[in-house]
Amino acid sequence: MHAGREGPLLPILHAVQAEFACVDEAAEKAIAKALNLTRAEVHGVVSFYHDFRAEPDPRPTVQICRAEACQARGVEALMPGAEAAAGDRVRLEAVYCLGLCSAGPAARVGDTLHARLDAETLATVIEQA
Amino acid sequence: MSITVRISDDALARACGADELATAFERAGASVERVSSWGMHWLEPLVEIDGIGWGPGTPDRVAEIMAGGAEDLCIGPIAQHPFIAGQQRLTFARAGRTRPLSIDDYAATGGWSGLERARRIGPQAIIEEVTQSGLRGRGGAGFPAGTKWRTVADAPGARKYVVCNADEGDSGTFADRMLIEGDPFQLIEGMAIAALAVGADRGFVYLRSEYPDAIRKLGAALELAAQLIAPFDIELRVGAGAYVCGEETSLLNSLEGKRGEVRAKPPLPAIEGLFGCPTLVNNVLTLAAVPHIVSEGGAELYAALGTGRSRGTMPIQLAGNIRHGGLYETAFGITLRELVCDIGGGTASGQAVKAVQVGGPLGAYIHPDQFDLPFDYEAYAGADALIGHGGVVVFDDTADMGEMARFAFEFCAAESCGKCTPCRIGAVRGAEVIERIRRGERAPGPIELAPQMHNTVKTARGLREQIALLEDLCEVMRDGSLCALGGFTPYPVLSALKHWPQDFAIRALEPSDEL
Repeated sequence: MHAGREGPLLPILHAVQAEFACVDEAAEKAIAKALNLTRAEVHGVVSFYHDFRAEPDPRPTVQICRAEACQARGVEALMPGAEAAAGDRVRLEAVYCLGLCSAGPAARVGDTLHARLDAETLATVIEQA
Repeated sequence: MSITVRISDDALARACGADELATAFERAGASVERVSSWGMHWLEPLVEIDGIGWGPGTPDRVAEIMAGGAEDLCIGPIAQHPFIAGQQRLTFARAGRTRPLSIDDYAATGGWSGLERARRIGPQAIIEEVTQSGLRGRGGAGFPAGTKWRTVADAPGARKYVVCNADEGDSGTFADRMLIEGDPFQLIEGMAIAALAVGADRGFVYLRSEYPDAIRKLGAALELAAQLIAPFDIELRVGAGAYVCGEETSLLNSLEGKRGEVRAKPPLPAIEGLFGCPTLVNNVLTLAAVPHIVSEGGAELYAALGTGRSRGTMPIQLAGNIRHGGLYETAFGITLRELVCDIGGGTASGQAVKAVQVGGPLGAYIHPDQFDLPFDYEAYAGADALIGHGGVVVFDDTADMGEMARFAFEFCAAESCGKCTPCRIGAVRGAEVIERIRRGERAPGPIELAPQMHNTVKTARGLREQIALLEDLCEVMRDGSLCALGGFTPYPVLSALKHWPQDFAIRALEPSDEL
């Protein structure tokens, strides 16, 4: 699928991350062999980007935008409540900008976006994740 | 005859419930057309029936809206709303008016005419017109687009590339996202014209992974348009969550499948870019402005707008704590007072405006006293500020500017590519210094007291000395960093320190600590 692509490493890593929810050591070795790179080179790339994880996390993930525009709309005050709602069941991740800056605070679950969140709606988003 | 209802399928409208609203209208017997967003975000999801708008719509008001009621939500004719009527939309001329993935809608509204004309007039004339229009790079640096195109066209090389930088990571910016989601063919047409001008046969769009809707739509649009732009070919590449990849050399490394580390310049990407070949790297908004410029008489019209050396229009993004947020495209020269107080209607919270950050996380915080500053690259540079990508983030008087300055360093530390020392280490040290200042700590810390640390100050530092340390650090980062991430982080920090010093020393002010 990626054969013949120019600079194919990033698309490959995205595909592996999507399929296995992580890019682990075994995957790094296999990719390195296929692309004629060292494992160190592949690991360097995997560890550089926020989107790739070394091990899978079975928990659902909720990304909450913590950038300036959402801060200006009060996201930081919602965080203690969000953490309480998440507990150990949901993984909360900070994301720097979902591009919904005029309607924050904003969150993303999978490919679904939520905007204009307040304490109550954010807790609902987290509980339903 | 059933009523036709137009509702946006822009990501922001969807995040505010546009899909549920569309379903409710369909259930009520209306036929729903999903169009691009007008850019009036406080009204999303906006409902349009025969040119009349209601917003924000909710499923429980569907029957009322269809009957022509719901007067509290009705804004009258959308195109005559002051927010829309006051704009000069060139890049966003189709916003709200067409279905994003309808190639017929695109062609019916003047689409592809720029590319057709470009094919007739040839590369030399295209570059001349882009130069004549005065178009400058909309990604932030404001480099003259014509000059860059000429450099790539003249660079020797059998293989050349056109790369669209769609890694719009700045907080407070969403114009790239709206353009790609709302009018993807315009970007594709702009890239095809650029490729013709510089002699490239292959293009890439590097789009950030935080924009799932834009990824889906651009992928679909590229398939639909493939025949129309052939033999030029565009591949969509998705980023992986690194802010620094918005920097052009870092983006090229990322496209090559490497760590997104910044490259030293020279060589310029125009000479040695992607895979060592001459590469034209332009922002989404730069490329999307091109079809208009290259159409008949477009360059002159574009050059006639604006002020000083900032020609044409800028899609400005009103964001943060603002009542009427959204996309406002207008000629350069507009003041922040007009943007924030008049058009934006002040803060969403109703409290006083304390600060405005223009140009994303690396842009300066601007005090209301400076609100007469015209929107112009040179005027902003003269005030130690940036236009950047045109994002305007408003803060009300509850904002803690000392915390925002600390956050600027924290963000830089989190997103630094690690290649150059001023950025990699400076960002961490900067956050520490601000924390110390704000905690009221004046005594040297354990690391400074360690015997190995020969050059550290062993006596207590006054507030003034710590501020001087912070300013020194900012100077080193500004002058010594390889790219804008480290080089511009001092802008938000120093502007916050200059205008709101009281927000830095919140505790333990000693008599010697007078600022």
